[in-house]
Order: sequence, then C-alpha cells, then structure tokens
Amino acid sequence: MNAPLHPDSVSLDRLKVGKTARVAAVDWAALDEGEACRLRHFGFDEGVTVEPLHLGPFGRDPIAIRVGRMTVAIRRRHAGAIQVQPIR
Amino acid sequence: MNPLPLVAVAGSPNAGKSALFNALTGARQKVGNYPGVTVERHSGRLTLADGRPVELVDLPGAYSLEPASPDEAVTRDVLLGKQKGERTPDALVIVLDASNLDNHLRFALQLIELGLPTIVALNMVDLAKRDGLELDPKALERALGVPVIETVAVRRRGIPGLQAAVDDMLSAPFCAVHEHVKSDLIHLQRRAREIATAAVVSETPVRRWTHRLDAVLLHPLFGPIILALIMFVMFQAVFAWSEAPKAWIEDGVAWLSNAVSPMLPAGLLRSMVVDGAIAGVGAVITFLPQILILFFFILLLEGTGYMVRAAFLMDRLMHGVGLSGRAFIPLLSSFACAVPGIMATRTIDDPKDRLTTILVAPLMTCSARLPVYTLIIAAFIPNRQLVWGVGLQGVVMFGLYIVGITGALLAAYVLRRGVLKGRGGGFMMELPKYQWPPFKDVVIGLLTRCQIFLKRAGTIILGTTIILWALASIPQAGPGQKQSQVSIAGHIANGIEAVVRPIGFNHDISLALLPAMAAREVSVSAIATVYSIDSPDEKAGATRLQDQLQHRWSLATALAFLAWFVFAPQCISTIAVTRRETNGWKWPLFMVSYLFVLAYVFAGLTYWTAVALGL
Repeated sequence: MNAPLHPDSVSLDRLKVGKTARVAAVDWAALDEGEACRLRHFGFDEGVTVEPLHLGPFGRDPIAIRVGRMTVAIRRRHAGAIQVQPIR
Repeated sequence: MNPLPLVAVAGSPNAGKSALFNALTGARQKVGNYPGVTVERHSGRLTLADGRPVELVDLPGAYSLEPASPDEAVTRDVLLGKQKGERTPDALVIVLDASNLDNHLRFALQLIELGLPTIVALNMVDLAKRDGLELDPKALERALGVPVIETVAVRRRGIPGLQAAVDDMLSAPFCAVHEHVKSDLIHLQRRAREIATAAVVSETPVRRWTHRLDAVLLHPLFGPIILALIMFVMFQAVFAWSEAPKAWIEDGVAWLSNAVSPMLPAGLLRSMVVDGAIAGVGAVITFLPQILILFFFILLLEGTGYMVRAAFLMDRLMHGVGLSGRAFIPLLSSFACAVPGIMATRTIDDPKDRLTTILVAPLMTCSARLPVYTLIIAAFIPNRQLVWGVGLQGVVMFGLYIVGITGALLAAYVLRRGVLKGRGGGFMMELPKYQWPPFKDVVIGLLTRCQIFLKRAGTIILGTTIILWALASIPQAGPGQKQSQVSIAGHIANGIEAVVRPIGFNHDISLALLPAMAAREVSVSAIATVYSIDSPDEKAGATRLQDQLQHRWSLATALAFLAWFVFAPQCISTIAVTRRETNGWKWPLFMVSYLFVLAYVFAGLTYWTAVALGL
C-alpha cells in the first residue's frame, strides 16, 4: 500500500459516527490472511462508501460500519488498517 | 435405481437461506454431519409437480468460494464435487438478499461460473421494498443469464414459482459445456456492483427500521441494559411459564405408575418398571417444558437477528478475557446444551480462541442442569416474591447462571495467560436486518430439540436408570436394613462418599454422582430411584421428591450440591464432542480434570461457608 494518500485521509477508526467516507486504501499486510479475506468478503475495497454507525459500549470497540448496503462489525484494530477519504 | 436428483441451496449468510429451505421442504428434514468435519448437513425432500422426489441440501452460508472458515470450505467442496460423502449437486438454487445485491451477487457470479443448472431466488424483496428499494428481476435475469424468482421465504411467498422453476430446470436436458473459468474476487465484486446498480429501478432513501432499532439496542448505555433485561426475563420465564405444564407431566407420571403397579406382580419386576423406569424417566421428562422455553428464546433471538447484536455488545468484554464476541453465540447456545454450543465454535476462525471457547463452554449452565437446579431450589429456597413479578427462586437461579458465566470468563482469562497463550483473533460479523422469524420455523426448531431430548430420555437416561435400579436393588436388604446401604450401588457410593464427605455430600448424593456422569439430569432420576426403592411401602408418587429432600438434606448440603453442578463436567456427550472437535484426548481430559477440581473446591467453599454461617 504505497499508493499516495490524499492529505485529508484518515484511518477508519478515527472517522466520526455518522460521517461518510470513501475507502482510499487498505493495508492488507497489517491483517492476517483470514481477516483480510473476510474484509474482502464484506466488500471493503477502494472506492467503496463507508459510514461508522455504532460503537461498542466498552472502549468504543468494536465498530459497526455500513459498507454499501451491509452493516458489519469489525474491531478498532481492523478499522485502523483502512484509510478513508471523508466525503465533504 | 438412480439416486434422487440433488439440488443444493447456496447463498451468503443472512440471505434467508434456511427459511427458504424450510419453505421448500417443510418439516421433512434430516440433520446429519459431513464425514470428517463437524459441519451439520441439513437435507430434505421436495416433490415436483409430476410426483418425482428431489433431494434438497442446505449448504452452509458462505461469502465466496474462497473459504475463511471450515463451514465455507464444506460449501466449496460440495459445489466442486470434492466433499467426501456427498454427490456433486445436479442443480443449484442461489439465495440472494434483495437489499444486499452488491455484496451477494459476487458469490452468485462465482456460483454461476461453475456451470451447473442454476436458479436465483431473489429473497426478502419485502424488506428491500420497506427500505425503499425497487428492483427489476428481469434486468437481473438478463445480466446473470439464469432464471430469477422473487421470494419472501419467511412469509412463504414466491415458493410455488420457485418450485416450478426447479421443476423446469430438472426436466430440461442439460449438457455441461462450461469450462471452469475462475475470475478473481475483486473483478467479480466490481461486476456484481455494476449488475446490482443496473437492477435497481428506484431507490427512495428511507430511515431504515433496522437502523432505528440499532440506535436503541446498540446504544452504549441502553444496549447493555436491554441485553441484561432480556437475559433476566428469559430465565424468569423458564421458571414461571413452565410451572403448569410441569405439574401436568408430574400428575401424568404419578397416574401412570399407579395404573401400572397393580398390573404387575409385586416384586423385582414391578420394582424395576415402577421405581426404575417410570420414576427415573418421569423425573427427567418433567423438565421438558423448561428446556423448550429456553430453546424458544434462543431460537427467537437468533431468528430476529438480535443474537449478533448481543455479540457486538459483549465483544469488548469477551476480548478482555481473551475471547471474541463470536464466542458469545456458542456460549449462549451452551445455555441450552454444550454439545451444539461446542459445535458452533467452528465459526471462530482463530484456533486458540476456539479452543478456549470449547474448554469454557461446559461452564455455561446447560438445560440438563435445570432439572437439578429446579429440584433443589424448589425444595430449599422459599417461594417468596421479592418485588412484584420477581421471585426469590428465580433470583437464585439467575445467580447460579451468573456464577457459571463468571467462572467461564475467569477460566478463559487464566487459560489465555497459561496453556493457550497468544494474541486473540478478530471479531468480524455481519449485522443482518431485524426480522420476525416465521412461527413455523421456530416450531420446527423446537420439535427437533424436543425429539432429541425425548430420545435421550428414552435411551441413555432409561438405560442408566435401569442399571442404577439394578445396582441399588441387589442384594435385597434384610429386615431393619436400609436398601441404599446394603446394595452394590450402596457400596460403590461408600467409596465415593469418603472423597466427597468433606464438602458436605451425603450418601444419596454419592450414589447419584456416578450415573450422573452419563448425563447430569440423571442425578435427579437417580435420587428419585433410590428414594422410591428405600420406601417400598409408600404409594408411588405420594411423596414428592422435593419433600423427601427437605427431610434428608441440610441447606448447606443442598447449596454445596448446586455449587458442584455449576462446575462438574458430568456429561459424556460433552466429553465426546470435545474429543471430536479437538481431534484427540488431550483437551477433553484437560477439561474434565480442571472442571472436577473447580467443582470440588467450589462445593467445598460453599459448604464450609454455609456451615460457618449456621445454615
């Protein structure tokens, strides 16, 4: 993931609940094989629109995220491997 | 004779695949296992218009043919004809969630590439409409090149159309000319998105129901409170709702033994049938209502989609002890029975996470403990209302569950820092839309559980009860002797008693512990059998078991007995399934030993504390 990142891109775990963003890059190397596979299954891919919807009650972990039409829950650590570009 | 045509039902998790399968096959289902793996195989029959039967198999849900779990590996292997013990399917029904096409079409495209005759069931079109999404099935049909049928499986809508399509598909001559071209996932995903976008007729953004519900149910403060309330109501209901049906069954058993007694000559045979079989099995089946109520709640929580939310809420806490929120579902199923609970751990991808979950699953209070808990609580805890609707007995029961849960979390914590050290795996789950599960599916689930329980009562429980009766009745006691002392079982129990006397267990309990290894609930029937043999003069069913216990046990002993059953690994099936799931004897032996040590220590602490407090 050496693609140049847009200056205002942030990692997904820092995106506020209710803010939409586009996935800019995923650091697949930071995830183990199974986790990377599952994220792909959920449709995390460059260009996809995502929106954090809910945070876990303890330590704000995991995070429920809307990906396309699906809602998935992933841990903060996984979200940290996904760089997003906030929309507006 | 040719084997029946085999039609596989495939689809992503949460596409409503099982509901569709139920709608197509009705209650005529077979649940088995794929050989060598612990993935359940659900199959059923569908009759075509001309009366030809077709075998339908419900494949485990998968997101793609690249497996990320053992379940998904089975799905791939069956579809590629590589699964041991399964024929290659003759045709395929792909189930898609209409409101999640951009994701589900990826798997559908992969499946269509396999080249089998295929039909797509565009399912849950009603939910898509509710969310303001209008789709064009014809456009989808053109893009995919296979028939697309709109269905609402949970309401049984679109099912005749789907059956007709299956009929057409199997009647048409088919020649497989496709070569298997494997497109890569990213490419498929992009194509899936294009097709999904093209199939949308109109989309009105509406505030989704699921989103509104989640705002409350996943709220950082209200979410956990609601979860705790749901669990509490569930356990109160297990007690309160079961009272009446339990009394009917008890009356029925008493009536049966009174009716049977005069028909048999007095002596060993009558004793075996009345004191052994009827008293023993009768004592156990009175707990059927409670077990069904518990399963009813679990099926409902699973069917509505709430169970995954519970996992979401609990994940961080579970993570703290080295488990993942995924473990919450197997552990919650273990409240019904540890065997399906342990089997459900296969959805946990990380091997150490999974092993830890297996090892602590028996600490979740399974329904087989309910007979033991209920009996002791009913006999020793006064039936008082604390506040309106909340009884003391229910609170004690809830407390026992809490002790089990706490024990499990502590055990997991220790295991993850000792023998199973390592970084925890992740937590990645889809949160499906909320929906009301069809009543019929819940009934099918309950009937299956009911059958399994009665089969157990009829085989293992009846068998051990009769063996125990024999051991407890031979040799016959002379005048002035107590039968439970002179019999073979009495002598064995004397040996056990020497070990368990320090923790407050008496001779009756020692006698019950051995057969209870087969299944926990047998301890109830064992005690019932012993008492009924000891008092041959009493009319059967005249003295209730709990009244007898009140005379014979001290409160401290009763509490120690409860504490024992929170921890003791008294269930052959659990040990067997652990052996199968961990491929060897090492972990089941480890599990049995650590649980027995915990049971002994905890029962001891309870007894000594209770005695010190003068109870």
